[in-house]
Amino acid sequence: MNREPVFEAVGLQKNFGGVAVADNITLALYAGDRVALIGPNGAGKTTFVNLVTGNVAPSAGKVRLAGKDVMAESPAMRVRRGLVRTFQLTRLFQRMTVAEHVALAILQREGRTGRLVGNFRAMPNVLAEMREILATLDLSLVADRLVCELGYGQQRLVEIALALALKPKVLLLDEPTAGVPAGETARLESALDQLPPDLAVLMIEHDIDLVFRFARRVVVLDAGAVIFDGQPGDAAASAQVRRVYLGNFTDARHPA
Amino acid sequence: MQTILSVAIDALAYGMILFLISIGLSVTMGLMRVVNLAHGAFAMIGGYFASYAMSALGLGYGLAIVLAVTATVIIALPLERFLYRRIYGAPELTQVLMTIGVTFCIIGITNYLFGPTLKTVPLPPDLAGSTDLGFRTISNHRLFAIACGLMVAAGLWLLFSRTGFGIKLRAVVDNAAMAASLGVRTQWVYAAAFAISVALAALGGVIGAELLPIEPYYALRYMVTFLVVVSVGGAGSIPGALLACLLLGAIETAGRYLAPEYGEFFFYLAVIAIVSIFPRGLLGRAN
Amino acid sequence: MTVLENEAETAHKQGAMRLVAAPMLLLTLAIAGYFLFPDNLALLTRIIAISLLVLSIDLVTGICGVATLGQAAMFGAGAYAAGIGAAHFGITDPLAMTVVGAFGGALAGLLSGLVMLRAHGLPQLVLSIAVVHLFHEAANKASRWTGGSDGLTGITPSPLLGLFDFDLWGRTAYIYGVFLLLLTFVALRVIVSSPFGMLCRGIGEDATRIEAMGGDVRGTMLKMFVIAGFVAGTGGALGAISTQVVGLDTLSFALSAEALVMLVLGGAGSLYGALTGTVTFMWLEDVISAANPFHWMTIVGALLIAAVLFAPRGLYGAVEELAARIWGRR
Repeated sequence: MNREPVFEAVGLQKNFGGVAVADNITLALYAGDRVALIGPNGAGKTTFVNLVTGNVAPSAGKVRLAGKDVMAESPAMRVRRGLVRTFQLTRLFQRMTVAEHVALAILQREGRTGRLVGNFRAMPNVLAEMREILATLDLSLVADRLVCELGYGQQRLVEIALALALKPKVLLLDEPTAGVPAGETARLESALDQLPPDLAVLMIEHDIDLVFRFARRVVVLDAGAVIFDGQPGDAAASAQVRRVYLGNFTDARHPA
Repeated sequence: MQTILSVAIDALAYGMILFLISIGLSVTMGLMRVVNLAHGAFAMIGGYFASYAMSALGLGYGLAIVLAVTATVIIALPLERFLYRRIYGAPELTQVLMTIGVTFCIIGITNYLFGPTLKTVPLPPDLAGSTDLGFRTISNHRLFAIACGLMVAAGLWLLFSRTGFGIKLRAVVDNAAMAASLGVRTQWVYAAAFAISVALAALGGVIGAELLPIEPYYALRYMVTFLVVVSVGGAGSIPGALLACLLLGAIETAGRYLAPEYGEFFFYLAVIAIVSIFPRGLLGRAN
Repeated sequence: MTVLENEAETAHKQGAMRLVAAPMLLLTLAIAGYFLFPDNLALLTRIIAISLLVLSIDLVTGICGVATLGQAAMFGAGAYAAGIGAAHFGITDPLAMTVVGAFGGALAGLLSGLVMLRAHGLPQLVLSIAVVHLFHEAANKASRWTGGSDGLTGITPSPLLGLFDFDLWGRTAYIYGVFLLLLTFVALRVIVSSPFGMLCRGIGEDATRIEAMGGDVRGTMLKMFVIAGFVAGTGGALGAISTQVVGLDTLSFALSAEALVMLVLGGAGSLYGALTGTVTFMWLEDVISAANPFHWMTIVGALLIAAVLFAPRGLYGAVEELAARIWGRR
């Protein structure tokens, strides 16, 4: 590939008391990528996300966004460069409405959250964008409800709405379907399908069926190290991946 | 040189008394994760009991200490059961408010029962005398306080690192549900830890009564000092608390000798500097 | 888009309506106070000054989620700034004194913020206490400027707008106080619902989440500290103007703690809660502590415990809930 990666992790290393939870991880994402990061529990998937976002400082290694080394930058600065994550357990503002969540994210992206006057409800362009995002995710009807009144599936959608409102270039989805009742995953999946095509997406996911439907590339992590990076079909065929996953792949369908 | 040594001795005695009282708070805050602003109130209750036992019941110093500690724990246990148990794991602000409330109530009730005057805890003849150190004399009581502080530090260290109770307590703090499933009676462990903390407060309150005199506003007056010790030392760390007490005792005592007109200005300046540089305290553990 | 613009327009008007309705209610209460307690205007003015302090704590604690026991540092800084300006530099115009006080408070807010934002949780609380003590000791030491423990005297505000003398009964001071409170209240309502206010509420709930949205948590909080200092400083200046003395008690830990208690009893996180708490607390205090100050302590303690256990959203929150339940049943 000649294009420049929008995101690169180079040799990321993190040791906790002699144990490597991230072991020399190197990974690049390109615009439009749909990559699934999989691995058994404790393989270091969420740690990898935390290292990349800057919430945990790595022992060694680099993170580059669009070619720029961002190791010296705060988590917030990286977000402003377009590196956005969602959380495995939803972290939303319980006393805010869905609309307020999305509006806050839009205003934050536009650098307008420093303003002491004005209300987003009186800002036509913010309202328009908010409506559009909520409509895409089927959240229009609950726009004025407090997040704590929503079901868990809808809360996960709000997480995605927040991420979309930030207009990321790289989106890290940490188990977007974890804890979502079976009946509500379809809605979530179609939301994933509608993500902007030029967005680079890295999704941590345990649901192998979803991984095969969504991802065009699979990265397998075990004991903090990348043991596979390639086509989903090859991952299913790899003996090493099978060993790590104890046969989880046997009934997995191949991607269309 | 003489002055320096002299200041050092006073600082040591003062620091040890601070340690005696504060270490219990460090246990509650570090191990039980409860910000107990009423800690000083329990020290004060101990002082009142000792004073009462000696003046009204005519008991000796040693017996008075035992009675004061026991009685304070007896008062504290129902409070733990009905109030504190409801704020374990609650946000800090909630804990602060509840325990300020407890403090206010204790101050109000104490004043109603005993009046606003200072209460003394008379010293037995052995402790009232003084010992000549060559360059100055030091009251035996201060030597006694220093010895008590060192003994408490050693005893606590043994209790928490060398006994089954210490292990259980740390297990409960780290994961209450898991500890419970392993058969640890978590509520009992919490109550016991709370009782230990209150007992230490009462002990310190009685022994420290010479330097921190017993009166109803005691609970409020020294609340901040004890809090400061714990956060400078690092909540839950026994050596940290010891270090903080000695350091703060030194700063406070030196300030009083060298620049009395500045009051506690340098004391608080030091607190700000230390906590800014070590937000978890001098020997606090990282999360 | 025109629909949206219309909607935005309506929202704007509704917002404006609500902005006007609340101050009208406050104004009505203030006028009622004037006629019901004509002999107690000094107390009412003090309640207003403390209200500004409690509102300022609400910004930091209720909105941004930072517990503080040192907010009086900003209140006292405002009071001393206004007082020193009047006593030593001849700035006796009450409006100018208020501005000086507000900026004095804002500066103290900036300093408090710079110190407090170094830590989290308990150490942060301890830093807040250390800051107010530091201010207190500094003011005590600088007695040439502050009068030390005797208090700062010689503050004689000139007539308000050159027309209204600060009379013995405190009428002018009260009316000026009501005006300041209304102005502050409206300004804070605007700020709380602004994009900045939303960001602050988000920080109060989950600062890490705000960071993950690209928000500058520290900078935003620091700004809020400065605003809070401005508000508390205004309160301090009002105190200096109305009582014409400034004492060290304006810079005390006790005042900080008391004001936090007022906020919590009233309901943290809501501007109405802050006002409800201050008025209720200070009125009760005036009545009860006149009889016996220690009974007052017992009662406040019991109220605090009760609030934590049974009404975590304070008096205002409890009333709101009750009202919602009654309306809901209809």
